[in-house]
Amino acid sequence: MDSEEYSKTLEERFHQYKIDVSMNRANPEIEVNHEHMIEFANKLKKDESYEILMDVIAVDFLTYGDVDWKTNDATNTGYSRAVKPTIIPDIDETFKERFAVFYQLLSISNNQRLTLKVFASESNPPSVPSLVDIWSSADWFEREAFDLMGIHFEGHPDLRRILTDYGFIGHPFRKDFPTNGNLEVVYDEEKEEVVYQPVSISTRPTVPRVIRDRND
Amino acid sequence: MTESNLTLNFGPQHPAAHGVLRLIMELDGEVVTNLDPHIGLLHRGTEKLAEIKPFNHSIGYMDRMDYVSMMCCEHPYVLAIESLLEIEPPKRAQYIRVMFDEITRIMNHLLWLGCHGLDIGAMALFLYCFREREDLYDAYEAVSGARMHATYYRPGGVYRDLPSEMSKYKANKFISEKKVKKLNYNREGSLLDFVEDFTDRFPSLVDEYETLLTDNRIWKQRTVDIGVVTPERAMQLGFTGPMLRGSGIEWDLRRNQSYEVYDELDFLVPVGVNGDCYDRYLVRIEEMRQSNLIIQQCINWLRDNSGPVMIEDHKYRAPKRDSMKHDMESLIYHFKHFTEGYSVPEGNTYKAIEHPKGEFGVFLLSDGANKPYRLKVRAPSFAHLAAIDEMSKGHMLADVVSIIGTLDIVFGEIDR
Repeated sequence: MDSEEYSKTLEERFHQYKIDVSMNRANPEIEVNHEHMIEFANKLKKDESYEILMDVIAVDFLTYGDVDWKTNDATNTGYSRAVKPTIIPDIDETFKERFAVFYQLLSISNNQRLTLKVFASESNPPSVPSLVDIWSSADWFEREAFDLMGIHFEGHPDLRRILTDYGFIGHPFRKDFPTNGNLEVVYDEEKEEVVYQPVSISTRPTVPRVIRDRND
Repeated sequence: MTESNLTLNFGPQHPAAHGVLRLIMELDGEVVTNLDPHIGLLHRGTEKLAEIKPFNHSIGYMDRMDYVSMMCCEHPYVLAIESLLEIEPPKRAQYIRVMFDEITRIMNHLLWLGCHGLDIGAMALFLYCFREREDLYDAYEAVSGARMHATYYRPGGVYRDLPSEMSKYKANKFISEKKVKKLNYNREGSLLDFVEDFTDRFPSLVDEYETLLTDNRIWKQRTVDIGVVTPERAMQLGFTGPMLRGSGIEWDLRRNQSYEVYDELDFLVPVGVNGDCYDRYLVRIEEMRQSNLIIQQCINWLRDNSGPVMIEDHKYRAPKRDSMKHDMESLIYHFKHFTEGYSVPEGNTYKAIEHPKGEFGVFLLSDGANKPYRLKVRAPSFAHLAAIDEMSKGHMLADVVSIIGTLDIVFGEIDR
């Protein structure tokens, strides 16, 4: 069965979960509502034998499609246009929600990959049901997504920070978190200890972000 | 005095921690009851840094993911870009990539074997393994100019063709002419000759390691029945690579989801039976032998077939040095390529390869700009380390060291 057919059968078999199946380079990508997610994931594992959860990827769509150097008239400000911090817009209406989570699944018995995509709820913190009970490997992957992107995984037994420092504030991979951070550590000679202070450097993009079509 | 469990801190500065692993262990006597790894001490935010750089600028960062198998980490990243750009590198470039992936696999397994041996008491092995790694580092240096962080792969091919001669040792007041001649015996020909000499010697060297370990009573006492993982649990825990094959599941991306030219090459996929540390050791040893065979096949192909090692499309590659000096258009392309870079069409992709440690995958989401919108690296060691609690429970404290060794973890990729 080729992947096109396979994605059609998936769509027919699971239409009650209101899934949206598309093809992404020979692999099906399925968007599912987070209300039906647990049930659907269970089905994928039991009926479609997706034994391995390879990765959990959280994406923040806040600045999707933004560019640094967008201008229509000639300007004398030159390069400094790109030095301005990226303006954070309101949530774009073309995206239902800001945070999405992609799950990469692998079926060893069918030699098939599948991407599961779910948008997090609009609440604060954004939340998605946890898949730890279905695939144990979700444990650390979800902790990482929580730590770096601030997505709450409902039902996760041990949702602690994993990669950032003890006592870290904020979620560094969100698009409104500055790349050079908020705090730096220095050695204070008077106190004779290492102290935290606000960062003394500012963001300067080396290369402006531009979007070009193929025939530009 | 009342009896209670002892909480013990292990690492982050401990020679058996393989980097900066901090473990909070709860012990009942000498038996581990609970184990909580604290990671992130090497977190550099590589994925965030990649978001502010054009695509090609991050290839060098990928080397620093798993810093003992450098080129294998570049590979899925360039594959992901190629998949979004819908370009395919020339065949010769694919063979070069496969050859260096396998050289890297041997390098990684040699380091793993040396360190794992050192951790559980086999001192001499470490020195032998590092002796062989030296030759492979020289191969890296010959092709890329750097011994470790090569930055050799590019979207659309590799940076340059294989060199026709190797750098040689020179005599000075400390090293005599006679000694230099001996040191240079395998450096007279091209890089391919140098690597071929290595592949001729290597199988007998693996035999030497096996003489030291495979039937060694102490080695077996430290590894047999330690850290057993059933096939079902291995899949549940997201194991890949030798960790999965050690548990008896025949799954190798080179074979099952072939990329580059692996479908044209002849090799076997070793599989374990019991899923303990000893089986995983046997699997990795056999993988070194198979990698050696793959390298030999690549050498033969590369000798017989010449051709370009980079696509011709100037949108994605730097123009040739010579045309850049004489041709106005090329100069513009050159300038644009190294400053702005190329824009990658909108979309997302997940590309994975059989990295020495397991499945190393790169998820790339582009919004059409010259920089990635989101890059996520799937590091095999991350999933493996997550299972250390389950694998160590009920074992002795000393066995935790065996288990850390068998996981083959590197903190560059776990902490990213």
